[in-house]
Amino acid sequence: MATIANELRRPNIATANVQLPSVRDYEQVTDEIVGTLRFSKGWFAALLVAIACMLLGAATWLYQIREGVGVAGYNPPVMWGIYIITFVFWVGIGHAGTLISAILYLFRAGFRTTIYRCAEAMTVFAVMTAGLFPIIHIGRAWKFFWLIPYPNWRLLWPNFKSPLVWDVFAISTYLTISTTFLFVGLIPDIAVLRDREKNPIRKSIYAFLSFGWRNTEREWRHFARAYLFLAAVSTPLVLSVHSVVSFDFAMSITPGWHTTIFPPYFVAGAIFSGIGMVFTILIPIRKWFRLQHYVTLNHLDAAAKLALTTSLVVGCAYLVEFFIAWYGGVPAEQDYFWNRVFGQWWWAAWIMITCNMILPLSLFSQKLRRNPAWLWILSIFINIGMWFERFVIVVPSLSHEFEPWMWGGYRPTWVDYFMLLGSFGWFFMWFLLFIRQFPVIAISETKEIVPPRVRHAHVHTPVDAEDFEPQTGRAH
Amino acid sequence: MKGQYDPNHPSGLAKRRWAMTIDLAKCTGCSACVTACYAENNIPTVGADWQGPILHPDRTGPGANIVRSREMAWIRLERYYEIDREYKDVVWNAEHPGAETRFVPMMCQHCGNAPCEPVCPVYATYHSPDGLNVQVYNRCVGTRYCSNNCPYKVRYYNWFGYGEIDRSQYAFPEPLNWQLNPDVTVRGKGIMEKCSFCVQRIREAETIAKVEGREVQGDEFTVACAQACPSRAIVFGDAANEKWSVTKLIDDRRAYHVFEELNVFTAVVYLKKINHPASAGATA
Repeated sequence: MATIANELRRPNIATANVQLPSVRDYEQVTDEIVGTLRFSKGWFAALLVAIACMLLGAATWLYQIREGVGVAGYNPPVMWGIYIITFVFWVGIGHAGTLISAILYLFRAGFRTTIYRCAEAMTVFAVMTAGLFPIIHIGRAWKFFWLIPYPNWRLLWPNFKSPLVWDVFAISTYLTISTTFLFVGLIPDIAVLRDREKNPIRKSIYAFLSFGWRNTEREWRHFARAYLFLAAVSTPLVLSVHSVVSFDFAMSITPGWHTTIFPPYFVAGAIFSGIGMVFTILIPIRKWFRLQHYVTLNHLDAAAKLALTTSLVVGCAYLVEFFIAWYGGVPAEQDYFWNRVFGQWWWAAWIMITCNMILPLSLFSQKLRRNPAWLWILSIFINIGMWFERFVIVVPSLSHEFEPWMWGGYRPTWVDYFMLLGSFGWFFMWFLLFIRQFPVIAISETKEIVPPRVRHAHVHTPVDAEDFEPQTGRAH
Repeated sequence: MKGQYDPNHPSGLAKRRWAMTIDLAKCTGCSACVTACYAENNIPTVGADWQGPILHPDRTGPGANIVRSREMAWIRLERYYEIDREYKDVVWNAEHPGAETRFVPMMCQHCGNAPCEPVCPVYATYHSPDGLNVQVYNRCVGTRYCSNNCPYKVRYYNWFGYGEIDRSQYAFPEPLNWQLNPDVTVRGKGIMEKCSFCVQRIREAETIAKVEGREVQGDEFTVACAQACPSRAIVFGDAANEKWSVTKLIDDRRAYHVFEELNVFTAVVYLKKINHPASAGATA
């Protein structure tokens, strides 16, 4: 009987034991998580650094707009460089959030509960960062709206055959849905903040954002349904958005880009890089805010397994690319792949292979999966490796195409690097502002896995199954 | 002449297919075509010392743009060394005995199935009914996707405001501004440009013919590079009308398309240079 009770105690757990043994009751959840919103000097210092980096990037962009894109280090035929690499990098990071919050929700993977808010906020800000880069990249940034279909007296429309136009739709849809999803999930938590807020102005803002949430059963029923439907709407986007981004490359005829493996390969890579970034952000947050009993080692363990899986998929894709290049028998493509790994770009390719294929193999060890310090270090390698994956896709392909006379190199300038730095500043600025205003761990969903106090539930007490209905939307 | 050119198309628009042959046996590699193209099409020169130092002030001096292969020549002379297989490792040593120099003028091939066209998000490059691969400067936003997808790498980008008089990169200071062709626009900052098959000459000839109430005659006009070519290696014309001499040259046994395997159906046909084996043996 005790075993059954234990099973019931974690009804929505699929992959890991995510009970929170150190969390006793609802009050503790509210107190500890709302406590993370307190002002601290460390937070303020981090925000100042982020804003400084962002301003540096913004000033560089103004300089680039004034002088021309030539101040960035483009060497034709390498017409796409760090901006497009960084665009794909941030879009990729924006994928783990929705995977964790939507797909794992539908699959009832319990370990998502305490990490999804962080991942979802990361998603929104990463997509906001990514969306800037195509505009930074183009030669006439002030004309970027020509890529958007809008009625105009010239009856001119964008070219719907162009993957760049698909990108516009994919990114804007993704930003809309992921922002909505983040916000809807926040509503009950904002109501908690509203009830505890003393400052009348902040209180009224929270009251507005919570849509007058009163915690009634009817509201919960609608909320749970809405959340489920949004999860279902978001799920295909996780797979489609990065597929569309990969079409930027796959639809061209450039050797190294023209390949059908790109959509699944990009999606796996995106999830891999996103989980890497989740570790990079979540592990310090968990430590600084003393949330180790919410984001437990079990959570990290389960997320690390996801990282390992996607790493294996990505590694497999790397090897398949080489096989296809050999098997396809196109000399230009074979030449490109040789050049990529053993020629001009060997260093970039080997950074990619080491960071994305070799180092994550350490996650086969449970000890390392449960070692936050190692996970954090590894996550930095994953971030670097995934940035270089996009570098390896973009730059070496362009520098070594069909025309030998136009084989070239690539030498970025300070403008490229400052813009890259600025993107991190922009991202972390939003993220830091977010964690100061909203809870980084979903309060209401965490409460769902905490035994309700009124029942005096204890591990050895048989309990009624009704009490542990998962958050799937069945009316309580 | 396959691709998007179809003389029987119901729209009736595709009456022409502007095309070009380049006889490599006649070509001497003198680069007169390059110069003529610069003059005709207002191509900015980008290698002057006042245009470079914005990049790497320490190492530039003249021609940072050239070092970064940002030269704008719409038609360029590509030089290759053909070397025996046993000298594979010294492929860059052009002075090695046995190396034979080959050169080929390369410009926009005006593909029938142009890879640059479908990828442009704003229709800045599109296919004209007479087979031209047209670049609309005003519409271009500068994504540079077209250049990435061009197998011939013949699209050139205005990295700076070469045509803007108040900029350090200005390419036409006095007296160079006096040689600007009034029939051709000077391109702005941040847009792509490329060989247009001297579209201004084509349209002028068509307009004159229309005003005079007649059809455009065979070999009535030609493009700047063909006009300047001293050995008459370049021949331009309408491949859909046999009054133009280009139609006969296209049927030559030596004719080939560059990267024919890509199925882009180019409008530029090269006539292969035939080497006599004896001369090759003499140098070996």
